[in-house]
Amino acid sequence: MNLDRRSFLKVTATAGGAFALGIYGRGHAFGQQPRRGFNAVDPRAFVRIAPDGAVTILAKDPEAGQGVKTHLPMLVAEELDVDWKDVRVEQADGNDTLYGFQFLGGSTATPANWDSLRRVGAAWRQMLVSAGAGAWGVPESECTTRSGRVLHSASGRSAGYGELIAKAASLTPPALDAVKLKDPASYGIIGTSRSGVDNRAIVTGEPIFGIDVEVPGMLHAVLHKCPVFGGKVKTVNTDEVSKLPGVRKVIVVEGTLTSDKVLPLNPGLEPGVAILADTWWQAQSARKSLKIEWDLGPGADQSSETIAKQAADALTQPAGQIVSKYGDIDGSLKSASKVLEATYAYPFLPHNTLEPQGSTASLKDGKLEIWSTTQDPSSVHRQTAKITGVSESDVTVHLVRAGGAFGRRFVNDDDVEAAWLSKQAGVPVRITWSREDDMTHDNYRCAATIGLKAGLDSKGSVVAWQQHFVTFGDGKRTPFDAGIDPHEFPAGFIPAYQLGMTNSIPLGVRTGPLRAPGVNGRAFVLQSFLDELAVAAGRDPLDLQLELLSHPPAAGLGSQPNSFQSMNPERLRGVLELVAEKSNWRQRKKEKGRGMGIAAFYCHGSYFAEAADVSVDTQNRITVHQIWAAGDVGSHVINPRAAENLTMGGIIEGLSHMEQEITLSQGKVEQANFHQQPMLRMRQTPKIEVYFRKTEFSPSGLGEPMLPPVIPAVTNAVFAATGKRIRTLPLKRSGFSFA
Amino acid sequence: MAITLNVNKQTRTVDAPGDTPLLWVLRDLLGLKGTKYGCGIAVCGACTVHIDGRAVRSCITPAGSVGNGKITTIEGLAETETHFVQQAWEDVDVPQCGYCQPGQIMSAAALLAKTAKPTDADIDSAMSGNLCRCGTYPRIREAIHRAADLHATKGGAQ
Repeated sequence: MNLDRRSFLKVTATAGGAFALGIYGRGHAFGQQPRRGFNAVDPRAFVRIAPDGAVTILAKDPEAGQGVKTHLPMLVAEELDVDWKDVRVEQADGNDTLYGFQFLGGSTATPANWDSLRRVGAAWRQMLVSAGAGAWGVPESECTTRSGRVLHSASGRSAGYGELIAKAASLTPPALDAVKLKDPASYGIIGTSRSGVDNRAIVTGEPIFGIDVEVPGMLHAVLHKCPVFGGKVKTVNTDEVSKLPGVRKVIVVEGTLTSDKVLPLNPGLEPGVAILADTWWQAQSARKSLKIEWDLGPGADQSSETIAKQAADALTQPAGQIVSKYGDIDGSLKSASKVLEATYAYPFLPHNTLEPQGSTASLKDGKLEIWSTTQDPSSVHRQTAKITGVSESDVTVHLVRAGGAFGRRFVNDDDVEAAWLSKQAGVPVRITWSREDDMTHDNYRCAATIGLKAGLDSKGSVVAWQQHFVTFGDGKRTPFDAGIDPHEFPAGFIPAYQLGMTNSIPLGVRTGPLRAPGVNGRAFVLQSFLDELAVAAGRDPLDLQLELLSHPPAAGLGSQPNSFQSMNPERLRGVLELVAEKSNWRQRKKEKGRGMGIAAFYCHGSYFAEAADVSVDTQNRITVHQIWAAGDVGSHVINPRAAENLTMGGIIEGLSHMEQEITLSQGKVEQANFHQQPMLRMRQTPKIEVYFRKTEFSPSGLGEPMLPPVIPAVTNAVFAATGKRIRTLPLKRSGFSFA
Repeated sequence: MAITLNVNKQTRTVDAPGDTPLLWVLRDLLGLKGTKYGCGIAVCGACTVHIDGRAVRSCITPAGSVGNGKITTIEGLAETETHFVQQAWEDVDVPQCGYCQPGQIMSAAALLAKTAKPTDADIDSAMSGNLCRCGTYPRIREAIHRAADLHATKGGAQ
């Protein structure tokens, strides 16, 4: 095995995913944000123990359904050695001085906190042991802990943590990197299933979401934006609308977003007209009376038809730049015994968080308090301070449970709006976007068109892979998450490889991260084309993929300095073999109208392979009967039932992506609500089986990696069932739909 | 205009135009925030409440049209102890973000009130109007079956 020699296979535990890539351009990488060294953080900030022994653990990261409010405190509780039933969890405010780096995204919660939060618990435990040993005058080494008590078995003495807390809290905490951690074999919390800590509040309808926040004296706001991004208000009937029932203020927002060929992820303040009223419905109803003349700006020229033509033209030309290249690509294609060419395309996608964007802010006496559903608290500090002129140290960010995030809530446009409006109005403001606002002013998953050409040798092995990635930009700059990773699979696993990119299609809408950014589309392309190659070679696609993964990576590729997205092919093989076994892949039946497909992908530090069983009727309606998923997230699955739920959810989201698209006409987004944006429903949901393959590696994240492979697993299954290849998404653009 | 409503067994009067959606009367005038806004056009089900035991979409129901109908929201579903559907949701650990779950629970409770032991087909038909963006459908299905069992074990207690 040559794994050890390949330094780039080292599994990174830093911010994963498609963020920290040089090609995305300076300042775009979340993963490159400065991170406060965790050892500088005081462990006492995370835990409170009451004299009666009640333990409160603070949940540091934003919760939007990924389960971190439960499973990160489980890490602390494990090493603190308390019973989970005695733990209360409380959401921390956004405060990176107290809590270190707080973030929701890139499937980073587990890898970024696995070590540090266990150390917080262990540090506390050590302080409690010191307090007990000191009180009894015995050596610390003779003391143990169990279920929230310090024990000295030699003398039979014991004390609850609550009895020792006054003394323990006064001790200097030990250095976090020096504390002793438990033997994982003795874990009683990590690896056991625990219900979500907010479940009771959720099922009884308690007001725990962003949209539920009420601040005394607040007004409800809507912000009516230009249907074209960056368009500005020329004239508006402010006086007339101001007189409508409940309306308190109508404010023209000049905004800070201007038209550009490459729009920023964070728009600052988008131009439009804000209506502030006593209730949200009054503000929303008043919009119907708005008469606005817009300056639409240059974005009004763009349409999906034009973009499709520009992309098709780009594919007839050489790529604007070569992103990565090795081997003799031209010679290998020439000498190949079979050459396949195909063009794939995937669309813009919305986020569709079920809770629309919104935020609550109160600016009073130079101090700003904000109740945010952000994924990135520290940027809320920065952005709201900037827009209001309040000093960052005078901004308090309360983190409120979000009704879904999926990458949308990196962009704190709602927080910026609430803060700015509170300043203008002089009272607290709650802004709630309508569904239509949310869908037409999103930061969309970027569309792409990809031209592929690959060669097979006489034995059916892939010897050359040429890829032309057509995206948006001005030839130099590429919009956020519209780029490509130069080291993405199958780079490195094929003898001759070339990845070119053309980024010269102008785009006047915002793009941004959507769960498994970029690879949520490209996995479909890459894993479908591999399936095409297997068919052309007359081989089982599983065999072709296993063979590729056994191929040593091209020399030199692993030494790229930015090659942090470092895949361990053994682990991807492992999940492929597991999913093949669980789905009976080798024994699959061949019958007309029904078929199975398989696909695998590595992203965000974790590995997933998935198989799909589908049938397709005579009208090309697809029924997905079953999905098998096999994942490798390392040595521990912290909260197994929740992990299974999250995995099934990511798979269901992937299926939803297959029918969704955002299209543009005259610069406007054409879809505004869920009737135009199909989402998988109960009756369409397949049976899903989830398996985890435990490996020796440190635990990695589970927010995203299950999503990318499900799409090609299904499209490959459709090919097996029908002989028809889906190369363009959404399904309807290839003549298919879900039943 | 003054609208008088029977909400969770209480008589409540609000001052609002009759065409105000019941959803916003509940949320902003009566402070019952458990009922959620998702789409405003009755395609997502996040706003589901019961009127006389039937599951309805409060986002398109004019408050002035409810009359003497008895409205039950997620806050009023459990009359005494935890309602068996809510209990099942906790037992099965259904929620991810949780935003759609009050609406899901109200739809499920209406289904179970009519059909004590629903089949998967019954669940498909009763629950396909409720979107879950996180994709908790497999857990919702499991929870409805569990709720049916819980209810049966309790000897049909209401």
